[in-house]
Amino acid sequence: MSVRASNRISTICWALGVGALAFIWMFPLLWAFSTSLRAPGQLGSQIASLWVHHPTLSNFRDAWGDAPFLRLYYNTAVVVFGILAVQLVTITLAAYAFARLEFAGREVLFRLFLLQLMVAPSSLILPNFVTLRTLGLLNTRLGIMIPYFASAFGTFLLRQAFRGVPRDLEDAAAIDGCNALQTIRHVFIPLAKPTLVAFSIVSVVYHYNEFLWPLIITDTDRARTVTVGLASFTQSAESAAQWNLIAAGTVIVVLPLLVVFILFQRRFVESFMYSGLKG
Amino acid sequence: MLTSTRDARRPHVPVLVTRRRWRIQPYLFLLPSLVFLGTFTYYPVLASLEMSLYQLNPSTHQQYFVGFSNYVALAADPVFGRVLSNSAFFLLGTVPVTVALALVLALLLARTHALSGAFRTAFFYPTLLPLVGAAAIWLFVYTPGYGLIDVYLRWLVPGGINYLGDPRYALLAVIALTIWKNAGYYMLFYLAGMQGVAVELYEAARLEGASAWQQFRSITFPLLAPTTLFVLLIASINAFQSVDQIWVMTGGGPDNATNLLLFYVYQAAFMFFDLGKAATLTVFLLAVLMVIAALSFGLLERRIHYEV
Repeated sequence: MSVRASNRISTICWALGVGALAFIWMFPLLWAFSTSLRAPGQLGSQIASLWVHHPTLSNFRDAWGDAPFLRLYYNTAVVVFGILAVQLVTITLAAYAFARLEFAGREVLFRLFLLQLMVAPSSLILPNFVTLRTLGLLNTRLGIMIPYFASAFGTFLLRQAFRGVPRDLEDAAAIDGCNALQTIRHVFIPLAKPTLVAFSIVSVVYHYNEFLWPLIITDTDRARTVTVGLASFTQSAESAAQWNLIAAGTVIVVLPLLVVFILFQRRFVESFMYSGLKG
Repeated sequence: MLTSTRDARRPHVPVLVTRRRWRIQPYLFLLPSLVFLGTFTYYPVLASLEMSLYQLNPSTHQQYFVGFSNYVALAADPVFGRVLSNSAFFLLGTVPVTVALALVLALLLARTHALSGAFRTAFFYPTLLPLVGAAAIWLFVYTPGYGLIDVYLRWLVPGGINYLGDPRYALLAVIALTIWKNAGYYMLFYLAGMQGVAVELYEAARLEGASAWQQFRSITFPLLAPTTLFVLLIASINAFQSVDQIWVMTGGGPDNATNLLLFYVYQAAFMFFDLGKAATLTVFLLAVLMVIAALSFGLLERRIHYEV
């Protein structure tokens, strides 16, 4: 057998083997999509099938009526983009200071920042809950957002990017009379754009999917996010074994991120990759 | 990635002069971050320590000082013992398997082929699902009788097992979901790491007749050691900080078989309103995270020196 033929065979084996594994990995999601389109009332192993005989959107209508998804989407959008907007300001300022300025205590402060990487707000739910109650922020979107306004992860990523900015550009800006803020705006931010995009994607995904903190901070639908809505929706539908409804609710919640992901696949994968490289 | 830092160290006179004049500026730039970090990261660590020394009187709703008795009570609490062994089992069940699987997937997907991108997407997409959404789907995977396992794996496993309702299987079932959810994420880190390994090394090894396994053992794996360390660190921290799937799938049950440290904090604080106990558990959780952090900081620091 020639080398080329054996190469081709090994490629085919690779494609089949990895393809089968990939299919298994995809199966839960594919199942959720097909079951969300399946007419209610089917029983037994039919529900486990990927094939849908008479697709219908009635599950989505029912799920949409059972939980206030529009409100939940709105709250989530406000929370996710609110966090991001504030984070971009805080991390840019802090990253610039750590990357370019000399000051006493820089090392110590940087280490203090990194502490947040180890102790994410999710493990501090109790003391932070008490703080929010004192501040009167329970049941508010601001309450969900505020513990995340500073980001050690973002500061760290951006500091690395800022350190790579050539000194000459900075000097040119100084000669043109730019102050520090103007230099950040006209030199550092444009050059660190890939990092800012990567951080933004990771931040949005993380906070869109966050559950425990919004759960304990809210006890009405006023400020609740989609994940909290889905969890309580799932609990009531599961006890009635309404899998079509659970599937539809899950699709409603996961779809926005998946659609954006499919549109900007490369960007997403690169951002998550990059976040690891830099971390 | 870190080589650019060399430029930053180049001595540079004009900028230094302006910098001296504005001594307060660096602190002003750090202030917004420090305000939020102080309020929601540093202060709560100290507050947990303090709260763990108090107990709430249910009739008067007053806090009163109890010294270390919350710690003593915790040591005697059989559920706490169960939670600790569960957490250890969960850590050892998810972290090594997920990281090994991520490495295998990355090795399988490192080749350039028209299908590689699609395959990567298939393994990566669970990263983008909310953990509660993934858990909602996996409830059906484990449904006895007509769930995905009982329908499609009938040739492999005996049917009719209530995986999430049986204390023998429930934690394993949660572990399987967690592995599925995270493997593709860590795979990306390995793929990124592999891009940094010089192709010449493999060519040289092949010339000397090294087998694929030998190439992996003496080139790929050692050169990916920093990535492995980094992934082990995130995976370990994650194992203690994400319990959303527990809330959806088991509520910590049956009979505390899936109760993990953070979930027990949640239960104590927000279901049983035992704030002293919840604070004591938080202190314990923080101590665990600090140990992981201390171990890995040492290791990661070595990595950074090595790369710069």
